[in-house]
Amino acid sequence: MSNPILQISQWFEGLLLGWGLAEGFVLVLMQAIGAFVVIMVGFTTVIALIWFERKLAGRLQDRLGPNRAGPYGLFQPFADIIKMFTKEDTTPAGADKVPFNIAPVLMVASVLFIWAVIPFAASVVGTDISVGVLYIVAVGSFGIVAALMAGWSSNNKFALLGAYRAVAQMVAYEVPMVLVLLIPVLLARSMNLSDIVNAQSTWFVVIAPLAALIFLISSMAEVGRAPFDLIEAESEIVAGFHTEYSGMKFGMFYVGEFLHVWTVGALISVLFLGGWNGPGVDTYPLLGVLYFFIKTFFGYFVISWIRLSVPRIRIDQMQAFNWKFLTPLALVILMVTAVLDKSLELAGVTSLGYTLAMLAANLVIGWITIEILKKIEPTKARQEFPHRPVAVAPKPTEN
Amino acid sequence: MINLSWYLIFAAALFSIGLYGVLSRKNAVAILMGIELMLNAININLVAFWRYQDPTVITGQVFAVIVFAVAAAEVAVGLALVISLYRRKNTVVANDINLLKW
Amino acid sequence: MNGFDFIFLFVALVTLVSAFKVVTAPKLIHAALWLIVALFGVAMTYVLLNAAFLAVVQVVVYIGAIAILMIFAIMLTRKVMEDTGPQMNPNWGWAAILGAAFFAGLTWLLLKSGAEGAALPSLAADFDPIVELGQQLVSPNAYVLPFEVASVLLLAALIGAIVVAWEK
Repeated sequence: MSNPILQISQWFEGLLLGWGLAEGFVLVLMQAIGAFVVIMVGFTTVIALIWFERKLAGRLQDRLGPNRAGPYGLFQPFADIIKMFTKEDTTPAGADKVPFNIAPVLMVASVLFIWAVIPFAASVVGTDISVGVLYIVAVGSFGIVAALMAGWSSNNKFALLGAYRAVAQMVAYEVPMVLVLLIPVLLARSMNLSDIVNAQSTWFVVIAPLAALIFLISSMAEVGRAPFDLIEAESEIVAGFHTEYSGMKFGMFYVGEFLHVWTVGALISVLFLGGWNGPGVDTYPLLGVLYFFIKTFFGYFVISWIRLSVPRIRIDQMQAFNWKFLTPLALVILMVTAVLDKSLELAGVTSLGYTLAMLAANLVIGWITIEILKKIEPTKARQEFPHRPVAVAPKPTEN
Repeated sequence: MINLSWYLIFAAALFSIGLYGVLSRKNAVAILMGIELMLNAININLVAFWRYQDPTVITGQVFAVIVFAVAAAEVAVGLALVISLYRRKNTVVANDINLLKW
Repeated sequence: MNGFDFIFLFVALVTLVSAFKVVTAPKLIHAALWLIVALFGVAMTYVLLNAAFLAVVQVVVYIGAIAILMIFAIMLTRKVMEDTGPQMNPNWGWAAILGAAFFAGLTWLLLKSGAEGAALPSLAADFDPIVELGQQLVSPNAYVLPFEVASVLLLAALIGAIVVAWEK
């Protein structure tokens, strides 16, 4: 019983063939069942994540979080779901109905598409395509289209502003993200995600820590979570592109966002943290799924932690941070990694020497970046006020 | 049943639709959309020829990649022109800008 | 008629119908959304032709960049092109005739050339087009010069777009 999932699928396939169904039909049916299972795993995880995130938010902000429905508030997400389903489903006057209704579906789909190529374990992978990394970038662009459709079709100026912001942010942060995605591809000599996992006898986060950091930051911006949540900044544009959505359609945007964060965690796990690699995987392949989920959960935890600790940035800061900091840095580390990788290969160093050299190069680049940042004058946008003690009453004036 | 000619006819139909769009539309952005359809039709032809001739000779795919690059460049400059025209002459109708001067 | 043929016909039909909607939709924003469907259909055609890399690049470049740019441009210039007015030239009939004649001529030529008899060459199991494509694009004996020229073109277009759209 080294690989129960494969055995179950083989048993089921044999059962279907035994019923006398055509081979092609059974193949299609098996693929459909596989896709359904992957999607259901995704949705079920989101239910747990919503509870976890709210509990974590409570603890980090020195309060209890949900604690009424069930032990530790475990049934809170189910109560939320029931609420979502029973809410009135409104469509604003003057809305463009078809894009308005397609947008939430497309938003969730753009995330679920990614799950098709993620390797959960050595043999548990939806489709093992040779252009996996590029595929991830490609399906991400459907999310941008969905945001634009939602914002435009709502017939609401705040929604439209939110869509503009969302597109500006997502398109901009795609540039450094794609650049650093090339680094695992370069190190593994393949765009296939399974090959990338297999190549990580040393985790890529050790070989390319700066790339992992830039990927984390830019994917947080892609998702639109704090500090990059200005696409749905409540104090400025109500709720961004999903202002006009209610009930289950809003729920789909909500689920899409949680699922997207979880997917980013999965991508960090696959690309930089070694995916399903771990002790004992060779004998028990299914242990890889556990390792994968632990690493994914770690990525998710880090993103939530940052979200709950950092305030929102301004829109000019968001663009400046991307174009003046992340993109040049990503270009530099891509070039340095490529040159260093080839020269180390020609020099014929051992794998330990290779790792150390790459790590040293990254640390040097990071140090130089910090030194350059120290030299640059901070922008004068911030106004300085004289210090005033808070708890002291102002002196009574004589008049 | 499906062979090369199906792909070629499909591409020819897409090209003709794009041509119709370019010739009939008033809006400059819509004209650009028609051009995109035509470029896509050509790309289908290139890839179909690659697949149905010798797939080990990759020339068809290389051509398609170059077409992608050219299309991206064309749209970037074209839309910049449209935005610029809109700012200065407050129109995006192709007929209104036939003087080719400000 | 097997499953593959059915998929091809379905993809081709969806692509052509949405392409037709692109050139006829009265609202420009709808035309742009239909354009996304048409471009996705073309990507599916690449998948059917075993060109997975091109299919993915098609989605990245066309849907992720070009279509989004189009929608942006439409939104920015919407004030002068009210959706109510006619979107067609007065001489759109001639355009339709020309398009139909062009299609008829091309189809006639294709059927006359006898290309329909070409059999599908089988791909070797270990042959991955993406590896070959990557090597050819940067090989000095093959296509490195066009590749570099294309990148220079993109850079020029980038600078040109900024210069043209710059608000003085």
